[in-house]
Amino acid sequence: MRNYLIKRLLTSLPLMVGITLLTFFIMQLAPGNPMQTMIDPRISTADLARAQERMGLNDPMIVQYFRWLGQIVQGNLGYTVKTGQSVAHMIGERLPATLLLTVTAFLFSFVVGVPLGVYSATNKYTKRDYGLTVFSFIGISVPSFFFGVALIYLFAVKLNWFPTSGLATINLEGGAWAAFVDKLKHLVLPALVLALPNLAVIMRFTRSSMIEVLTNDYIRTARAKGLSDRKVKFKHALRNAIIPVVTLFGISIPTLFGGAYITETIFNWPGMGSLGIQAITAREYPVIMGLNLFTSMLVLLGNLTADVLYAVVDPKIRLSK
Amino acid sequence: MELAQESGMPQAKKRGREAGAGRQAWRRYKKNKLAMFGLCFMALLVVVSIAAPWLAPHSPFSSIKNAAGGLDIMAKPSGEYALGTDSLGRDVLARLMYAGRVSLSVGIVSVTISTFLGVLLGAIAGYYGKWIDSVIMRIVDIVYCFPVMFLIITVSTMLKPNLFNVMIIIGLVSWTSTARLVRGEILRVRELEYVQASKALGVKDFSIIVQHILPNIMAPILVQATLMTADAILTEAALSFLGVGVQQPTPSWGNMLNEAMSIMVLRFKYWIWLYPGLAILLTVLSINFIGDGLRDALDPKLKGRR
Repeated sequence: MRNYLIKRLLTSLPLMVGITLLTFFIMQLAPGNPMQTMIDPRISTADLARAQERMGLNDPMIVQYFRWLGQIVQGNLGYTVKTGQSVAHMIGERLPATLLLTVTAFLFSFVVGVPLGVYSATNKYTKRDYGLTVFSFIGISVPSFFFGVALIYLFAVKLNWFPTSGLATINLEGGAWAAFVDKLKHLVLPALVLALPNLAVIMRFTRSSMIEVLTNDYIRTARAKGLSDRKVKFKHALRNAIIPVVTLFGISIPTLFGGAYITETIFNWPGMGSLGIQAITAREYPVIMGLNLFTSMLVLLGNLTADVLYAVVDPKIRLSK
Repeated sequence: MELAQESGMPQAKKRGREAGAGRQAWRRYKKNKLAMFGLCFMALLVVVSIAAPWLAPHSPFSSIKNAAGGLDIMAKPSGEYALGTDSLGRDVLARLMYAGRVSLSVGIVSVTISTFLGVLLGAIAGYYGKWIDSVIMRIVDIVYCFPVMFLIITVSTMLKPNLFNVMIIIGLVSWTSTARLVRGEILRVRELEYVQASKALGVKDFSIIVQHILPNIMAPILVQATLMTADAILTEAALSFLGVGVQQPTPSWGNMLNEAMSIMVLRFKYWIWLYPGLAILLTVLSINFIGDGLRDALDPKLKGRR
């Protein structure tokens, strides 16, 4: 296990370098020099000229890359062009809201998706399985912005069950319990929109995994020994069928963070996604790049965790290499 | 098909066998009701998109002046405007038809690019292995870590957002899953005897890959390309919805839906956002159905899985 962990950490290193390289490369496409964004814009022009000279903007690209990397490692993601705010600070402010949304969607998609997939597999080729299959196709096909808009129309505008947007009601009266319920109400629709495609994929994956396991010899043996159908399916088959589902943990993370950009924009959710879209409208490249870098590092970390978790539940993985 | 015909087998025999396999696949495909629904819907969409200039009742680009000389802004669906008009008084049905052209072009062009890149890089990685494999697969891993949607949005904004750029960018960033697939398939086929035999006979690597290996892994590539088309259309719609994709006045289902961001339109003018939304949903759904049907039809072994 320790060897596997070390090996896996080592393979992540070139990925991290690659992510920073790609980010740096994309920044070259943006108007202006990426190093300029590292300078606090509130300083005077004379200081700026000196600072630019000192920072060596005429140095070769590779030198500039390493200097930029040095800043990144120290946690300096640069400053916004217009207001001079620290990008790292802005991201830090927006992070909790995005985490609340993505973690909720993540849990929801697994808690609902896995049982539905198992149900579908154990009732293979019935009308209900067919219905769930069509549902999962719709889940991966519906554009999140259309689904979001339709949910707002139905549940917020027409039925008035949930608020249309935001994180919480401003000037809410009542105690902590009221605040909690209020936050929950705000969370339901965006979490549902973000979770749906992920849920559909998890459901399909669980279904096929379960169906495959049910064809194994040991299942036939269990049946032959006279175990009840329930016991065979839910005790013997499910345990093995659920192992590959763990790989979806890693795959879900970029999907959810990517989806957050659109979902947060539709619901005016004050997280990293809506910050990103605002930054794009305002052409705030330092913010855009900071977000790109930060989310891809999060995804990398998530993948690492998922892989380690997979190795924990499946000894074949950690022993094979 | 073309690739297979060059492989030196007697022409008549070859064609006979292929027609048989094709007919069998078609027989299996026909049984899949969802896949047949998808095929019919896509056929309809293609016809409507091509014939849009003749079918559209009004111009999709400009506001329509009514008899009194004014503009019919946000008019309800009626005899004159079957699906109503938008906030600039343009016919929704006409825009819907022209937007189909945008979606189909994005699907076809970007998937052609991504499939070409994916097959090329996947084949190189899988066939040659060693360091070149590691380099290509690490690039794939890096792109996987990026939230691709945001990457596309970023690049699209930096280079002026328009239909052409959107197609190219989507194509350039979405080759990774095809590359992974092709690499895996090539690793499997590479060790087969007929490939080893070709090598022993001194056939060039390029010929082995193009003439002997690719025809054998065509089925999964085709299925993958179909499913990628659905993704590409969804991505373009999302970009246009956010205002960083296809720009007005060119209609795209995504930028038509953007009007729903106004609570007034959302609440009272359902026809402006409902129909483009349904159009995207049905198109993407149909393509996914087709992809799934193709997988089952081309490779019966896989039926029931995934």
